[in-house]
Formats: sequence, structure tokens, C-alpha cells
Amino acid sequence: MVEFALPKNSRPTAGKMWPKPAGAKNVREFRIYRWNPDDGQNPRIDTYFVNMDDCGPMVLDAILWIKNKVDPTLTFRRSCREGICGSCAMNIDGANTLACTKDMGTIKGTVSIYPLPHMPVVKDLVPDLTRFYAQHASIEPWLKTVTPQPEKEWRQSHEDRLKLDGLYECILCACCSTSCPSYWWNGDRYLGPAVLLQAYRWLIDSRDEATGERLDNLEDPFRLYRCHTIMNCAKTCPKGLNPAKAIAEIKNMMVARQS
Amino acid sequence: MANSAANGAGNGKAPSYNGSAYPITDHTFDVVIVGAGGAGLRATVGCSQAGLRTACISKVFPTRSHTVAAQGGIAASLGNMSPDDWRWHMYDTVKGSDWLGDQDSIEYLVRNAPAAVYELEHWGVPFSRTEDGKIYQRPFGGMTTEFGKGTAQRTCAAADRTGHAMLHTLYGQALRNNTEFFIEYFAIDLIMDQDGRCRGVVCIKMDDGTIHRFRSNLTILATGGYGRAYFSATSAHTCTGDGNAMALRAGLALEDMEFVQFHPTGIYGSGCLITEGARGEGGYVTNSEGERFMERYAPSAKDLASRDVVSRAMTIEIREGRGVGSKKDHIFLHLEHLDPKVLHERLPGISESARIFAGVDVNKEPIPILPTVHYNMGGIPTNYHGEVVTKKNGDPDAIIPGLMALGEAACVSVHGANRLGSNSLVDLVVFGRAAGLRAAELIKPGEKQADLPKDSADLALSRLDRFRWAKGGTPTAELRARMQGTMQSNCAVFRTGEVLEEGSKLIHDVWGGVQDIAITDRSLIWNSDLIETLEFDNLIIQAVVTMDSAVQRKESRGAHAREDFPNRDDKEWMKHTLAWADDENRKVTIDSRPVHTYTMTNEISYIEPKARVY
Repeated sequence: MVEFALPKNSRPTAGKMWPKPAGAKNVREFRIYRWNPDDGQNPRIDTYFVNMDDCGPMVLDAILWIKNKVDPTLTFRRSCREGICGSCAMNIDGANTLACTKDMGTIKGTVSIYPLPHMPVVKDLVPDLTRFYAQHASIEPWLKTVTPQPEKEWRQSHEDRLKLDGLYECILCACCSTSCPSYWWNGDRYLGPAVLLQAYRWLIDSRDEATGERLDNLEDPFRLYRCHTIMNCAKTCPKGLNPAKAIAEIKNMMVARQS
Repeated sequence: MANSAANGAGNGKAPSYNGSAYPITDHTFDVVIVGAGGAGLRATVGCSQAGLRTACISKVFPTRSHTVAAQGGIAASLGNMSPDDWRWHMYDTVKGSDWLGDQDSIEYLVRNAPAAVYELEHWGVPFSRTEDGKIYQRPFGGMTTEFGKGTAQRTCAAADRTGHAMLHTLYGQALRNNTEFFIEYFAIDLIMDQDGRCRGVVCIKMDDGTIHRFRSNLTILATGGYGRAYFSATSAHTCTGDGNAMALRAGLALEDMEFVQFHPTGIYGSGCLITEGARGEGGYVTNSEGERFMERYAPSAKDLASRDVVSRAMTIEIREGRGVGSKKDHIFLHLEHLDPKVLHERLPGISESARIFAGVDVNKEPIPILPTVHYNMGGIPTNYHGEVVTKKNGDPDAIIPGLMALGEAACVSVHGANRLGSNSLVDLVVFGRAAGLRAAELIKPGEKQADLPKDSADLALSRLDRFRWAKGGTPTAELRARMQGTMQSNCAVFRTGEVLEEGSKLIHDVWGGVQDIAITDRSLIWNSDLIETLEFDNLIIQAVVTMDSAVQRKESRGAHAREDFPNRDDKEWMKHTLAWADDENRKVTIDSRPVHTYTMTNEISYIEPKARVY
């Protein structure tokens, strides 16, 4: 029989209800996924209350407020706090995004926060991204050339450079890949939207001279062709990029080279 | 002592892991690099290419290092837009440094800059382009032609995401060279032997709490700055200067720590960076009267004066009641007069930041901004090969064997008292490359290494264990907030003896408060409470030496503006500050070493000090 429920030890239980900040007038409720590998317990959903008059506008501000003032054990990654490092990707209000650029004003009611879906959890909101990074490395994300290098820069026309816009800005936050049902089911063999966007970034770079080799590396029923244009990737990307389009372009290149 | 009992090991005995000694995994490498930002990755690539067995350790995945947030560009005299010369770049850098930079190092930097940029381009950095397909270069603060006469277009840019483009490219190169990465490993302390040689570093692997001891012939610290010692900084949460603090605990001095750069254009409120490239592309700042006040402070360079000059001007405008907003406490940066095409193509990142963090459409409204802590000119003193130096037995350039420092963690010193915008990215790759070249000269691949001293992990483990079981009365976040508040109010854009003296007392109090620290999370798996506490402990020791270095420098130079000593005093103070900190007795010792008043070659002569006017 197909089992659609989570395994028993993964089912979240009702967690701790943390006290409301004393004297606060403007309080907001947060329900946050917690899991500590040390305690042998199931994951739980803790409830916190944040004093919004003492807190910045972004979700990251709120979870930092909780960590600093209520519960120092709450665990998550964060670094730049301005949407460029990609550390604080998590599932907020049902969608993957960066906590640092997610304005709480855009969320109605209680704010629910989970780790990026369908990834192994290390602790609380920290997913294990090892496989994601290995897949990124597998597309060999560096410029490949055979022509002897010029003394100065490779020339690239303004027009050719524009082709990289919408691609090079990817911050490897993994929001898109972990929102993709195809990646959920076949994440071990399908490269996923983030990595394929990167693959296309090098394929389309006018300076790169390894197009054939790169396409060969992607010509596979799983690595590339598990994209079924569900488009969750484009919908969720916190940088406004469109991985689905990049994947379609790669498929086009595959077809073009056969004709 | 009651305090140490409260903070000692759980059982009051030696450091332990579930009752027994912490298990240690040992590694041996030719080179160990701590930090995977621009400098760390460039050095990693260089050492790998030299055939040295190289490990790169980082507390965050490499592309999350703070180099990723650099926006405006990387300075190099390519001359793609108009004629340029490395000598002009050198003059600007020396003047920018307010003559505190070492001119031999500055010559090395500017002469190697073009090759470093071409190398990045060959590796794939998606630079913006000119119409004829060359790397696009924009004007930046303090960058001139003909020794101050014209405005240079020297800053090579990939839109306003140059650091991101560089860091991702460098990471790709590290992958290409099969670098051994140790990701989400937090370096706790250096291993020094009795002869004063650095022998490696001790780390904790964050996802399982195991201890890893790296033995190496050469250890390179590329751990960045410590902007988070302040309340408001453009720096990431992870910018805690861990390498600087490790150097202090190893008994080494830090140099010129009083020089903290305030970036004129941090977004009011959040402190997020708006690149100087915004002014390079034609943006300007105004006060509440709508006046372009920079014309008064820097008649020639105006909005493209050096950062320290613009930050001071803004602070004076606000102080004299000409700030904008309901509290009259900030300034406007105008971009709305620029062609929307320019904004879209060359400043897309900051347009997005302004929308998200200030609710501003840059096509229509000005951005509210405020001078915000941005960069540490000070750090671990090195020569231009990256080798760490100190003052020992009267030798001001004595090399610490086995140890290098790079990037913002280092004080080479090319930035002196004030760094010019876009000189930091070039610093990373030029000296990252230099470190690889020097490493290849100094050590042979696979060279046998002596056994480590018996107590090699003691310093690191006792610190780790003390904090892990800390049961004092003050949570880390509370102490950190006190430190950040003190630095923000007492060691700011303008300083006076009185405010600094008070600051010194306050910041030493916070340092003493470490005795009473409390942490809550006792686990060893991704214990961010523990890591933040180790980071705070690193920050506070740097905050203390910053404040005490500032107290003693009785002149104004670059970013160090003393209202009680408004002039630069070359006779007394053209020297680098050195500061040591004794973590156990909570004492700071100050000394100095001379500025190098000579160049690297005879192709340019020493640039004599003169008045610094923009």
C-alpha cells in the first residue's frame, strides 16, 4: 500500500506555548517548526508571541527577536539580512522565501514557519543542503574555453552580456528546487530548477566554449527532463528569476543541436 | 572565584563531552585557509594550483560569505573608458588613506590590479560591458586622473552585484581545482607552538559538534571584518572578525583598529548598503533644504569625495538641524533624475533594496540614508606577501612564521586611515593571489610536519567548554546589545577624548561581563546559541582594542575624526597603532610601528604628505 502520511517519527506534535511579552500592545503570533536531533522526540510546532512595536518589519527580524529575547535555542541560518547571501531560505506562510526580505505586512494572521520542504532537517529550520550543493558542482559552474586566453578581457558584446541577466543573479538559496514537486520525488536524480538555471547561465555565456560537453552532461531522462513545467520555481524565487524558462531554453538547445 | 565556578565545565573538571574528553579528529594539510570569501577563495585557488594540499574552512557555505554583498565594483586602471595609469590609482589610494597606508604595499596593489581583474574575467565574472565589449568601468569616490585633476572611471562593475558575481565565480574556480572544503566548521582558536610559529587551527563542525584539529605548515586567516561590534552596520550577522580575535588570543597585535569606515549611504533604519556606485552613476545627496551640501564640503569632488569626508559632512548637516524626515535625523540620496535605463541596467540591486527596505521607488523618490559602519581598515598586520608581522625585539616587521592574513581581516596596510570604495575587492584578489605565490615559495607539497605541541587544543577546548556550560546571569544577546550600543554611541563618526574615555570604561565593563554570560542551548548539533556566544566573545575583544586604540590617537586622520584634535599631526602620529589584548586579565597594551615611507620599486617615488582636500 502506498503510504501518504509522514512516517510516525516525523509527524509534528503540538509544541510549547511560549509566554506573551509583558505589557506589549501589538503582539503577533508565530508558529514555528522545531526539531532537535538530540532529544529523541518528534518535531513539534512551538508558538511564540512577538512584540511588533519592538521589532523590525521582516520575518527575519521577528525570529531574531525571538532568539534574542525569548528562546536562544531556536535555530536557523542567517547572514547578510539583505537578500543576497541566500542563507535564511525557509518556508514562510506556505511558500519558500528568504526570511530577511519577507515583509510581515504581507502575511495575514499567524505567521507559520517551516524548514525548506522535502530536505533532511539538521535542526529546527536548518536543512541539509549537501546534495543540492553537489548537484550544483556537477554542472561544472566555471567558464570553459579552449581558445588561447587574450592578454586583456574576452570581448563580449553588450547584447551578449544582456543574455546573462536573470541568470547570474541566482543566490543558491534553494527556494525554487525545494518548491518543485518533481524535485521532491526525484531529487536524487533530477538536478532541479536552481542548478539547471546555473547550467543555462554557462551554456548561454558567449565566452564559454563547452556547449556540446555541457549539453551532453544534461542529456538524461532525469537530470534535465524531469521538469514538467509546474512553474513553482518561478513563482517562489525571492529574486524574481525564472528557472523554468531557463530549463525550457536548455530543452530548446537540445532539440536545436539534433536538427 | 564564584564567577568561574558558574562558568566552568559542567562537572567542574576538564573540558568534556558527555563526561569524557572531547573526541578530536585530526587532519594534516600543507595549507589551511580559514574563510571562504573573496580573499580566502582566491588564496585557496592559488595554493591548490601550486600543488599544495589545501583545506578551506568556512562557517558558512562559500557563496554566503560577505563578499557576496559587495556592490559597486573593483578598482583597476584598465583605462577602458578613458586613459588611466596605475600611478594615478596609487596617488588616490595614498591620499584616501590619509598617508597612513604603506606605500610599498599600495604600489603592489595597484600594479597588480589590472591582471587580477583580467583573471577574474577569464574565470567567468559577468562584468557589465562597454559598447565595444570591454569591461565597463564607473566613477567612484576619491578615484581621479592626473593625480587629483580629473575624475577617473576605474571601478569595474557587474551591474551593482560585483561582489556576488566575483564570489560565485571564485567558488566555481575552487571547485574546478578540487579544493577540499570544510563547510560550516567554526574555527575556535589557532595552534601556536613555543617558538611562536602557527601550526594550525582547531574547529568545531557545526552539524555534529565534533572537534577537528587541522595541522598545517601555513595557516591563512581570511575571516573578514567585525562590523557587528556596532549596532548599525552594513555588515552581515556573520561579520564577527573571528580571525582577528584568534590572533589577539594567540598573543599577536592588531593594527590601526581605531579606523572604522562609515559608509555614507546605508539605508536609514535597516542599515542595508546602497553602493557608492549610485553616486558614481550621477546620484547626489541633499539636506532638508534641498541643498546639495557636498558642494560646500568638497568643492571639486562633491558627492564623489572620499567616504570619510561625505560621512562627516552628512553628520554635520544632521547635527546642525538640516536632516530630513520627521526627526530630522537622516539625509536623502537622489537617483530619480537618472535615466530609468541606467537604473535598470547598472543599479538594479539597490533599486530592489530601496524598494524592500525603504519602501522607495528610486525612479520617483529619494532614498533615506545615514552613515553606517561598513569596513574595518584595521586588522592583523601583514606585509604585501600576506605574511603576518609584529613588532618584536625592536624589529617592527618581524614575521610570524606559519601565519598569513588577507582581506578585511588583514591590515597590509593599503587602506591606511580610510579605504576608497572598490579598493577592497581588488585587495581581496591581489593579496589572495600574492599569498598563493608566497606559499609556493615557502613550503613544499607534502613536507613533513613536526608533531603538534601536547596542549595544542587546550586553548580552544577550554573556551568552547566554558561557554557551552555557561550558567551566568546575562544572556549573550543582552551583552552583545550593550557592546553594540556602546560602540555606536562612543566610537562614532566624530570622537572626543571625553566620549572615548567614557566608551573605554563602558566597553571594558562589557568585557568583564563575559564572566557572567549565560547560554541556553547545551546541545552540540548546530548549536547557534553557542556559536553566537563564541562570536560575541570574538567581537568584544576587538571592540575593546578599537576603543582603546581610538582613545590614544590624539589627532584626526581619515576615518578617525577627533573634535578635540581636529588636525592631522604627521610629526607625532604618522605611525600605525598596535594593540594587544590579554583576555584573561582583561588588559589592553598599545604600541606603534612606523608607516613604510618608501615604495616597492624605483618606478614611482614616495608620495609626500600634503593637505587632503577633495
